[in-house]
Amino acid sequence: MNDFEYRAPASVSEAVALLVEKGERARVLAGGTDLIVQLRGGRFTLDRMVDVKGVPELNQLRYDAAEGLVVGAAVPCYRIYEDELVAAHYPALVDAARIIGGIQIQGRASLGGNLCNASPSGDSIGALIALEATAVIAGPGETRSVPVEQFCTAPGRSVLGPGELLVALRLPPPKPRSGAHYLRFIPRYEMDIAIVSAGVAAVLSPDMSSFVSARVALGAVAPTPLFVTEAGAALAGKPISEESIALAAEAARQAARPINDMRGTVEQRRHLAAVLTTRALRGAVARAKGEQVNGH
Amino acid sequence: MANKVLVRQEFKVVGTRPIRHDGTDKVTGRALYGGDFSLPGMLYGKVLRSPHAHARILSIDTSAAEALPGVRGVVTAKDLPRPEEGIADVGEGAVNLRFLSDNILASNKALYKGHAVAAVAAVDAHTAEAALALIKVDYQVLPAVVNVREAMKEGAPILHESLRTDAQGQKGTTPTNIASRIQFAKGTLEQGFAQADVVVEREFETATVHQGYIEPHNATGLWSSDGQVTIWCSTQGAFTVRDLVSQILRYPVSKIKVVPMEIGGGFGGKTVVYLEPLAALLSRKTGKPVKLVMTRTEVFEGTGPTPAASMKVKMGATREGKLTAAEASFAFEAGAYPGSAVGAGCMCAFAPYDIEHGKIDGYDVVVNKPKAAAYRAPGATQTGFAVESVVDELAEKLGLDPIAFRMKNSAREGTRRIDGPIFGVIGALDCLEAARASDHWSSRLEGPNRGRGVASGFWFNIGLQSSCTISVNADGTVNLVEGSADIGGTRASIAMQAAEVLCLRAEEVKPTVADTDSIGYTQVTGGSRTTFATGWAAYEAAHDVLRQMKERVAKIWEANPADVTYEEGVFGVKGDPKMQMAFRELAGKLNHTGGPIVGRATVDPKGQGGAFATHIADVEVDPETGKVKVLRYTTVQDAGKAVHPSYVEGQMQGGAVQGIGWALNEEYFMTPGGTMANTSFLDYRMPTTLDLPMIETVIVEVANPGHPFGVRGVGEVPIVPPPAALANAIRRAVGVRMTRLPMSPGAILKEMGTV
Repeated sequence: MNDFEYRAPASVSEAVALLVEKGERARVLAGGTDLIVQLRGGRFTLDRMVDVKGVPELNQLRYDAAEGLVVGAAVPCYRIYEDELVAAHYPALVDAARIIGGIQIQGRASLGGNLCNASPSGDSIGALIALEATAVIAGPGETRSVPVEQFCTAPGRSVLGPGELLVALRLPPPKPRSGAHYLRFIPRYEMDIAIVSAGVAAVLSPDMSSFVSARVALGAVAPTPLFVTEAGAALAGKPISEESIALAAEAARQAARPINDMRGTVEQRRHLAAVLTTRALRGAVARAKGEQVNGH
Repeated sequence: MANKVLVRQEFKVVGTRPIRHDGTDKVTGRALYGGDFSLPGMLYGKVLRSPHAHARILSIDTSAAEALPGVRGVVTAKDLPRPEEGIADVGEGAVNLRFLSDNILASNKALYKGHAVAAVAAVDAHTAEAALALIKVDYQVLPAVVNVREAMKEGAPILHESLRTDAQGQKGTTPTNIASRIQFAKGTLEQGFAQADVVVEREFETATVHQGYIEPHNATGLWSSDGQVTIWCSTQGAFTVRDLVSQILRYPVSKIKVVPMEIGGGFGGKTVVYLEPLAALLSRKTGKPVKLVMTRTEVFEGTGPTPAASMKVKMGATREGKLTAAEASFAFEAGAYPGSAVGAGCMCAFAPYDIEHGKIDGYDVVVNKPKAAAYRAPGATQTGFAVESVVDELAEKLGLDPIAFRMKNSAREGTRRIDGPIFGVIGALDCLEAARASDHWSSRLEGPNRGRGVASGFWFNIGLQSSCTISVNADGTVNLVEGSADIGGTRASIAMQAAEVLCLRAEEVKPTVADTDSIGYTQVTGGSRTTFATGWAAYEAAHDVLRQMKERVAKIWEANPADVTYEEGVFGVKGDPKMQMAFRELAGKLNHTGGPIVGRATVDPKGQGGAFATHIADVEVDPETGKVKVLRYTTVQDAGKAVHPSYVEGQMQGGAVQGIGWALNEEYFMTPGGTMANTSFLDYRMPTTLDLPMIETVIVEVANPGHPFGVRGVGEVPIVPPPAALANAIRRAVGVRMTRLPMSPGAILKEMGTV
């Protein structure tokens, strides 16, 4: 590890200027739970670390029935699951925030950092895709918004260009009669990386008998978190039943294109994509009906 | 849960639960570990490791590294004396010195990924790391073999051109990876199987797993200008480090002092040396103290895990449930150099049972993985998994209760093991009875995909040399000095045995673990020997104190020393009840009545009693994901006498948890080329607290007649039963017989035919 400069800007514009100046030799620090580990592990070297925890826009956590939720990119997980409004309106986000690392990690790790790390197994990303989140990105040019399902481009890579900074995640207000659920499969009961994960949101018909629409996202089954539109399409207009859910699960299994590695095999991951889609859909339907569903 | 005490001898201190002497410093973070240690002017060392699992080292060019500003010295195998062939004793096994030296720094071949090739000392760790990248090593990469069965095949890549199979003393004639073949036999196998109505034969495999101690290996070395060498390190045996460094560097033991720092876990893995000789060499080269600390990846790749094993077990029993014959073949991966624990594994395999006819073959096989080290009951967990699975299947086929079947065939006093020894007083049957009587066994387990399994296990325990001195303080307390690294509460269990003899409270005995200059030779903390053997030394040293104090009382009172008594902390004289002097009073007079009193003892006891355990596991398997949840877990174990029951329970729980990790998820996930893919605790999945229920404990006490307080070793046997107990529970939960470890979710799904 070489010596590097540490800067802590107080505004988005200052942060962008610091990033632009050093280009690829600068990195953004929020919680640091990925960045510092990777730096120490020799994954990269840098000349400047830009700590964005002091930038107000990156620390906002704001819910509004009309506007929805704004989660600043540096907001740590614990603030998300301890927020009563978030817990009431976005329980699937809490499902994810509660299982990123252990308690100490959750005191620092942010959803923004989890997204920018762009791991195929990033726990918040599936939940964010299901909840139709968009990423608000500042940079040397115009501020822009990108749907989360388009944010990751390859393992560890995203749409962020040189000098660009993720400012916040915006989630629309939950639709009436909707529910969402995020589940991951790990061999242990904590402190692990998903072998497969599924984030699901469903909107039910006024009489609660059928699916109006659904969004299904899978983690760790492709180079990026996967938005499985086929699974959602398979449910639209279908009655709420195990048969309908099985169609979506099969679509998820078909969409998965996993690899063999130390965490799991192709066959196991395809199978789990269907199992988790099924279970997450059951949870999402239950939540849409106002029932309590435990995260894990 | 109530502990079952079979032989009750009333003690005042032994058997109680005082707060451990080192407890406060450990919970407040004040205890000093190797990582906390530093000296003025200290340099930082880093080790260059082979990126290849098998390669010839053609040349090493260190000139660019040496030229880097801040670098003070670089060492390679050329800086090590070439040792002659010889054997070093590390307590739990013998080590060939040439192999040992090559494992410190590879000379002509790198034999596993992570094999140390060179080491650098620099002004800081980052400079040392940068220097590693400047060392040019020219490797000729060779095909690697990372599986025991592959390594045994004709035509397999050969690790050591000079290695010949040692088959019970007969040397082979051709190059091989099979370092040795051992065999034990008893009775007539064919006859035994002919008597059997049911025979079960199965093959098993276990993965390479690591002890996973939290504290990485570390060492700081100082080679003074007068030739005195001091090494501060994390070890289970300071004297073993001194001996090995002496042999590797061919330097006199009298010029080496090893200071054991507190140890953050060892489990057998810290009975050998890695960094210690490097710290000394780098200090000699630079004239400064040099500190080296491994990363977690280095610990996984560069230190000894426990062997993977490939095993076959065949057992027969009559319709009535009597075992008639047992046959087994165990092939263990030794890693890069010979010396796996296959011998111990063979000897423990069938030890819980009285079997008339048996034969056991063992193979010690080198592969391109780090040299295996001891891990808690080395070898017994692998073979126990195989045997206890087959025993369970026999019980199932015979329609017998698994505990009743084990009781019917249990080893007892007078039973001869297949490898020869005849058991003295043992608690094998008592553990089974206690398991059957436990709350757990009598509870009902209901619900789908749930099952209960049991398994037993055995570990010998060892004796070996220990030393102890006790000096009496003027305030009536004593200072106790011993040489056993405290890895499980042994300061307390040793001090308590001295306190019992001296009629003191545990808190009135202050134990210190000393360096190698300050106490007599003491073997490693390993083999579950410390409370047994060093405790015995404390017992003898305390008696030596009492003998001298009685002489002093006799001198003061002008009485015959043989008439002086000591009861309840008070000295007296036979026949004269008026003459009384408390221990504390006499302690205050010592300096004026003839001088201080120091008791001393050295022991080399042979009467260690074997330890047995029986475990009960309840599991639930998620049939859609293959994930196993351990619902309830009970360990039953014969401790002989539990000196400090809390620490015995701690050992039982800790051993069980390591066994559960080994059973369910832990493994070296190797690429075909011989790289471990999961070298972090994130992906090397040891169980966390959320993965486990409270581990229940039942201590059985069948006093060991070979120890003054009846102590048996307790630290190792609890790791033996868990893999089989869980496999047997999984079998009852979802119907599949798992024969391969780890029994991970993916492996269970595959066995169930789901994927």
